[in-house]
Amino acid sequence: MHELSITQSMLNLVLEQAEKAGAKEVGKINLVIGGMTGVVEECVRFYFDFLSRGTPADGAILSFKAVPTRAKCRDCGKLFEVGEFDWTCPHCNGNNIEIVAGKELFVESIEVE
Amino acid sequence: MVKDILDANERMAQRNRGLFDSNNLFAVNLMSSPGAGKTSLILQTLKSLEGKIKVGVIEGDVSSSLDAELISKEGVPVVQINTGGGCHLDANMLSTALDSVPLGELKLLFIENVGNLICPAEFTLGEHRRVLISSVPEGDDKPFKYPLMFNTVDAVLINKIDLLPYLKFDIDAFSRTVKGMNQKVEIFPLSCTTGQGIERWVSWLLSQMG
Repeated sequence: MHELSITQSMLNLVLEQAEKAGAKEVGKINLVIGGMTGVVEECVRFYFDFLSRGTPADGAILSFKAVPTRAKCRDCGKLFEVGEFDWTCPHCNGNNIEIVAGKELFVESIEVE
Repeated sequence: MVKDILDANERMAQRNRGLFDSNNLFAVNLMSSPGAGKTSLILQTLKSLEGKIKVGVIEGDVSSSLDAELISKEGVPVVQINTGGGCHLDANMLSTALDSVPLGELKLLFIENVGNLICPAEFTLGEHRRVLISSVPEGDDKPFKYPLMFNTVDAVLINKIDLLPYLKFDIDAFSRTVKGMNQKVEIFPLSCTTGQGIERWVSWLLSQMG
């Protein structure tokens, strides 16, 4: 269900941009999805397939760029990738961390004809 | 072009926020998994605030109006939103519901979101504070499983602490994990059954309202 609303929002956004550009057809949609969003690529593809039917985005290729969840340790200043069950700094074992990447959820660009 | 996918929701949330602010109303988005105690917390909080400030409640549920009926017994304005299968409230649904809320008469509005730790984390509503209830029976590993939710809230309430003697839940480890993910978060262990810890939560809430 999460992906249904997100896919619908994404499609609305794409169609709006395509119309602004005077495009007849959307060929490709480049998406950027952060690890923390929990958005599953397969679900987005599944929903996009039927939501886009009959729209200029019907048949568009979906390209996903996954951004891993990364954090910065506030104690030692080092950057690291966050593990599934480990939110401590691998360098100093501190848990005083700041998320610096992983919340991304955007359309980077679309390719239209 | 780089466009945030949730941009439309964000814009609507800003509109809701403007409406709250122009009515001098403080809005709290209350989130948790099903059964963690959102409605019980609202009832306890209402009891504690009785005669002090006027509170309204918006109840988000997939279906039924059971929670709204419970709360309306307390004599406060309640509006039910049924999402009809949808797993979260979005800013647009809230905007429609706000038409039925006497905004000008209220100082505090609780928005009880649909019980879910995933989707409500993404869809902001225009609220002033985001509050999450995590309860002892759910286990202390939830921050690892739903990091976005724990990362985006202002307060985490640990409900059902009266059950601590019977269940394995390490409050210190849980609090350390949550604080590590979210520096600004306030943590309130409490029990809606015994009332323990409710006063501390309520005084924090009042302090936030300014």
